[in-house]
Amino acid sequence: MSAREEILARIARAVAGAEDVEIPRDYRTEAATGDLVGLFAERVDDYRAVVHVLPAAEAAGLVAERVAGRRMIVPDGFDLAGHESWPDLHTADGVVTGCAVAVAVTGTIVLDHGPGQGTRAQTLVPDYHLCVVRAGQIVSSVPEAIARLDPSRPLTWISGPSATSDIELSRVEGVHGPRTLEVVIST
Amino acid sequence: MSATFLGMPGNFPKNSQKAVQDSQLRYNLRKATHTIRGKRASVVGELPDWAELRAAGKAIKDHTLRNLDRYLVQLERAVQDAGGTVHWARDAAEANRIVTALVKATGEREVVKVKSMATQEIELNQALAAEGITAYETDLAELIVQLGDDFPSHILVPAIHRNRSEIREIFLEKMPKTPEGLTDDPPALAEAARLHLRERFLRSKVAISGANFMVAETGTLVVLESEGNGRMCLTLPETLISVVGIEKLLPAWRDLEVFLQLLPRSSTGERMNPYTSMWTGAVEGQDFHLVLLDNGRTGVLADEVGRQALRCIRCSACLNVCPVYERAGGHAYGSVYPGPIGAILTPQLRGMGSELDASLPYASSLCGACYDVCPVAIDIPEVLVDLRAKAPHAAAEKAGMKVAGWILDDHRRLAAAQRIAAKVRGLVPKKRLPGPMSAWTDTRDVPEIPEESFRDWWERNERA
Ligand code: SF4
Repeated sequence: MSAREEILARIARAVAGAEDVEIPRDYRTEAATGDLVGLFAERVDDYRAVVHVLPAAEAAGLVAERVAGRRMIVPDGFDLAGHESWPDLHTADGVVTGCAVAVAVTGTIVLDHGPGQGTRAQTLVPDYHLCVVRAGQIVSSVPEAIARLDPSRPLTWISGPSATSDIELSRVEGVHGPRTLEVVIST
Repeated sequence: MSATFLGMPGNFPKNSQKAVQDSQLRYNLRKATHTIRGKRASVVGELPDWAELRAAGKAIKDHTLRNLDRYLVQLERAVQDAGGTVHWARDAAEANRIVTALVKATGEREVVKVKSMATQEIELNQALAAEGITAYETDLAELIVQLGDDFPSHILVPAIHRNRSEIREIFLEKMPKTPEGLTDDPPALAEAARLHLRERFLRSKVAISGANFMVAETGTLVVLESEGNGRMCLTLPETLISVVGIEKLLPAWRDLEVFLQLLPRSSTGERMNPYTSMWTGAVEGQDFHLVLLDNGRTGVLADEVGRQALRCIRCSACLNVCPVYERAGGHAYGSVYPGPIGAILTPQLRGMGSELDASLPYASSLCGACYDVCPVAIDIPEVLVDLRAKAPHAAAEKAGMKVAGWILDDHRRLAAAQRIAAKVRGLVPKKRLPGPMSAWTDTRDVPEIPEESFRDWWERNERA
């Protein structure tokens, strides 16, 4: 018998006669109403990320300012006039991206690496990640985010900068991922 | 499963006795468990629907286990449809053979690894080394453990038994090109690890990971982490091999909405861990292999009481509340799964043939704190008691357990026994029991018997 057949047969024997289980789903699918932008900003700030809330026009200005003079990766599909993308992943100062969805209650940004979001490596290797979140992309809860996402795409959920607590539980930012995460929320 | 942690013979009482005499270890453990425990309690308290999420998590896992064969086949199909290759491994040896062959086929002699308990369980690193392949751990704590020729002592923070000056010494001694004048400041140590590992990430063509979850419906694998070493391993190399226990399955994409709330809050005590990666099959041009691991799990599944241990999502919350773990430390359990979950999972996976494994069901005070915090409501005390009945023991202890079981089984008998105990409490010796029961009190004090049982007190006060 192949390993596959044997394992499947062992399982069938092990659970024979066991009753099936109904899954209760009376947990909340929406976590908050009201000021999602404010809640998201507060929760992102809790992770020691830098966060700004600005009207769209000013947000664009801030992004342009942050990108100017830095060797920044600007992925295809990211709308930033007049800036050339830095080609080398390993010598880039940083990367600027949009996102697919954001979760207010956990302060999480999710990238699906579609247009304007770069590859997975591009948002990982450089030390600085500047991320633009549109207010309309913010949902309240994890269930709402899951419902919006497409599992056939690679997905990266980011909650604050890279961090470790492995040495005496003292929190250190950035062992491998970007040490600085800056989030611009455009309203 | 081969006996993991070969460096640790003996049994739990013997191992833990050594640990409780190590005051540094006790201090580190106490600080760590209490800190994480406090953080967990506060973020769990933020969710008004925690009880509902926990009930859903438990039910999803039980439903999956009940239909595991069907869902595994569905997962296999979904991963293949997305360009991945699926392998099945009956035991550790088979899994190690599969992974070794896959690495050899790439022509590489080095692999990078994401922290994974499944690969520790099967001792993959040793198996690879025997074939001339070096596996490098990339999680900072795992790196500390690996360089120090040591064993992990906690699920979440494996190097928690080491302090900063010990870590500095390990780095200076074992890490090539450590910066001169390295201090024991945590940021400096983390920076040294960053430099050391970055080179390795960029060079490595093969990575090995585990996974926190696999979704049958979509074929998606999910890894939660903090540092980004996971993302480095998962995305940069050309070949990715994931070794995952068959119990890590979830039926539907939607089920992640439950577990992405339960796991981070129970584990690190954060609303969300810094990074979560999800991928389905071969992505961004990578060659992807999934090795599905049994290694004793189907045996656990066959046990009606014990199978609930397979719901475990390895959050480590039960370790942090366990008074026994806090004093004994993770090494005393002699397995990659320490603490309360280790005490029930290890003897089930390995059987209770060795002295160590037979002693594990006793590595608990049965206080029930582990059950209260468990995000998937595993009744660890229930499984412990069940395993104790199955473990080989001395006749006296067996008889005592039988009596206790008979009394506890029926609330009237229990009430009567408590009343009798209250009456004769003056006669019971304070510290040591006589005769065959003395073995029991060698390692414990006799609990003080109250003047009146809680039941009687309640009755009296309710009536009044
Ligand atoms: S048994 Fe429960 S509390 Fe312990 S690690 Fe597993 S899921 Fe977490």
